[in-house]
Amino acid sequence: MNYSRLRVNYCACLFGFALMTLTKVEAQTDNDAIMMNKYQWCSGITYMHEQWNNYWEGTYKRTNGNIGTLTTQSFMPMSNYGITDNLNIMAGLPYVSTHASAGTLHEMKGFQDVSIFLKWRPVSFNFGSGKLSLFAIGGFSTPTTNYEPDYLPLSIGLGTTNLIGRGMANYKRGIFFARASATYVWRSNVKIDEVSYYTTELYNTNEVQMPNLFQFNGSLGVYTKYFIGEAMFDNMTTLGGFDIRKNDMPFPSNRMNSNSLSVHAKYTLPFFTHISLVAGGDHILSGRNVGQSTGFNAGAFYAFYIKKNPKTSSLLNNQ
Amino acid sequence: MKSITYFAPLGLAMVALCTVGSCNKAIHQVTSNVAPLNPSNEDLNAGTWKLVLLSRPDSFLVSAPAATNSSPYIADLNEIKGLQKSLSPDDQQKISYWAAGNVLRWNEIMRDLVAKYNLPPYQNAEGTYPIPSSANPFAYPNFPFSNPPYAARAYAYVSTAQYDALVACWHYKQLYNRPAPYKVDSTINALMTKTPLPSYPSEAAVLAGVTAEMMKALFPDEIANIQQKAEEAELAAIESGSAARSDINAGEALGRQVADLFIARAKTDNASAAVGNPTIWSNLATQTQAAGQTAWISLETPLRPPMLPLFGKVKPFLFDSATVASLRPGPPPSTSSAEMNQQIQMDYDQIKSPSREQMRIVQLWADGVGTFTPPGHWNYIAALDFISQNYSEVRWARNLALLNMAEMDAGIVCWNTKYYYFNPRPSQIDPAIKTLTGVPNFPSYISGHATFSGAASTILGHFIPTNASKYEAMAEQASQSRFISGIHTQTDCTAGMQVGQNVGNYAVQRAVSDGAE
Repeated sequence: MNYSRLRVNYCACLFGFALMTLTKVEAQTDNDAIMMNKYQWCSGITYMHEQWNNYWEGTYKRTNGNIGTLTTQSFMPMSNYGITDNLNIMAGLPYVSTHASAGTLHEMKGFQDVSIFLKWRPVSFNFGSGKLSLFAIGGFSTPTTNYEPDYLPLSIGLGTTNLIGRGMANYKRGIFFARASATYVWRSNVKIDEVSYYTTELYNTNEVQMPNLFQFNGSLGVYTKYFIGEAMFDNMTTLGGFDIRKNDMPFPSNRMNSNSLSVHAKYTLPFFTHISLVAGGDHILSGRNVGQSTGFNAGAFYAFYIKKNPKTSSLLNNQ
Repeated sequence: MKSITYFAPLGLAMVALCTVGSCNKAIHQVTSNVAPLNPSNEDLNAGTWKLVLLSRPDSFLVSAPAATNSSPYIADLNEIKGLQKSLSPDDQQKISYWAAGNVLRWNEIMRDLVAKYNLPPYQNAEGTYPIPSSANPFAYPNFPFSNPPYAARAYAYVSTAQYDALVACWHYKQLYNRPAPYKVDSTINALMTKTPLPSYPSEAAVLAGVTAEMMKALFPDEIANIQQKAEEAELAAIESGSAARSDINAGEALGRQVADLFIARAKTDNASAAVGNPTIWSNLATQTQAAGQTAWISLETPLRPPMLPLFGKVKPFLFDSATVASLRPGPPPSTSSAEMNQQIQMDYDQIKSPSREQMRIVQLWADGVGTFTPPGHWNYIAALDFISQNYSEVRWARNLALLNMAEMDAGIVCWNTKYYYFNPRPSQIDPAIKTLTGVPNFPSYISGHATFSGAASTILGHFIPTNASKYEAMAEQASQSRFISGIHTQTDCTAGMQVGQNVGNYAVQRAVSDGAE
């Protein structure tokens, strides 16, 4: 195998995609092909804003006059560090708030789930006239506060502890790239405040069995020294769970599925490459037991080397 | 590949987490492994206890059983032996499920049905709402909408019918005194607890018959599921060696006859008219306005008609309809008074920044859409505590009957009060009051949760005096959860609690005089 050692390294800062279900916020810097160089550290904050009027009750699409527009906002500080050129560690913790424009339900806010990812690029080689890189990504996330998961759609999260495994391939040729990834998320059960609950039968316990998730996505984009832009398709499938019944409230173990499209852009300031700016938008095309959210995000990051890297001092994009 | 040295620990950590945190997601329910019912006292004299509707324990005739040496009975015994030879793991699981107590299991099934049907109908395209119809139960919105008043009444009818049926059952058990199959034939294994209780007619079958009939009347869409449960309960009794086929047949017939009596009462207790009609709904508002008060309006979009405005006219179990009015408390503070303003301000101040502990209390007691309702929650609490009391089946039924009569009658007095005053919710008076749970679609004064909880804690404290202060604290918390969540004023809660306790005391009065204490 031909491990490519890029001499021209790029600031590989966070380039997130916000996956929004009814409540879940998952800003994924772990889902791109950008790597930090060894000793390179990048930190920043992203703001995300998601809204929906329509949601799917099972497969039935409807509005709800007692919710109106459901808005979720989050601020997510994130950090990414290059342990080696091919192994990065990253972490983030969003502060989430929810608000319904109609009805009487009280808004919620608080710190949600901390996530830690290791991103490993074991293989990167020339292939045809481009370069193919393969990645293995492992992640862990868990709630940092004991927020109430059974207050959907206003809960700030679902309360599960997650183990995330992802395989990803990235192909770059000239200024174009294509990427695909598949993700399996093992989710822990959650405990709710009630002594019993009904899904498809009555459960006399406060513990809710949470189905796992499968996710895949693909994206196409352009990649230059200072700019990256891409469009992504994402599918999330809950491996189990049940449908919201007609006019019932949503529940953490619902079968939440979605297909979404998103665009992302990242720009590194040419005159001061420590700083890069990101922005994006996303929209759920179809779903099941989720809100049809449309959102945007914007963020700013600062990158630097904590120790001299013998091979490079570049802060530009490294894909 | 130097990176592997970094990546390997992550893999190991994930495996370790998965092991420690248990990737096995099986969940344990609180009553999945209850030990077989082993009564400390079989209450052999229960045939003399005071009945609810039956005039006499032998109102329905159960003919004398065949002798234990007769050929039909020997055929019964052979059936049991045959079944016991080839019990599958599934059969054994069902035997141990029902061995925990048939009243307990039927109560759990009932709570499941209530939760399943506790969904408010979805609006029509033009912004009105369809009303579930018992005449057409399979069409959407399926009948019933088992909201709290419906549920309270449903629990009461099932429990009281079970109680009367078991009193009759105990009467005949003592009269005929036929021993259980495992006592007659020592080659038959006793797979449930051995008891001194005669087996004719079978209490499991009496319960299956009476409960299935009551449930079918209350949840008509569920006929097939209910029938299957009844057959399982009866088969478990036979397979366990506790009952012969003839014990079962006699028991089931008795149960069904008793159910018919209660169903006849239910048809004429005014509940079918409780929904009201548009004229009644609008009169409620105009009468309240004429009295100078702000009238309740629905806070839902589209506006939903008030829930069961005439439920306050349903015929109670523990007292007569005239007593309902006498139990109704005086009016709440006038909607234009400084006192009401102050109450609303208290709600507003509370709801601004609720603590997580307050949210927990709200959720714990919310018992809203899709749940077994507050009366169901008190059945849940009662059932868990009754398990450790080692009651006989007939005492289980009696105590749940008293609890559920208290809950239904509390619901009647509460609904009578709600629609007498037609008092607005805090969020109607001040829309800035956001709530930690859905605002129920009926008037504010008095709190249903407080009333149900006051009644339940009073009668449960009578049954288990060592738990009385625990029940009182739970009731107080349930009541306060409605203030904390912003959907009730403090006055709604304190007045509701008092009314509930007053109703609960009627149940206590019955309890001390029904022959069981």
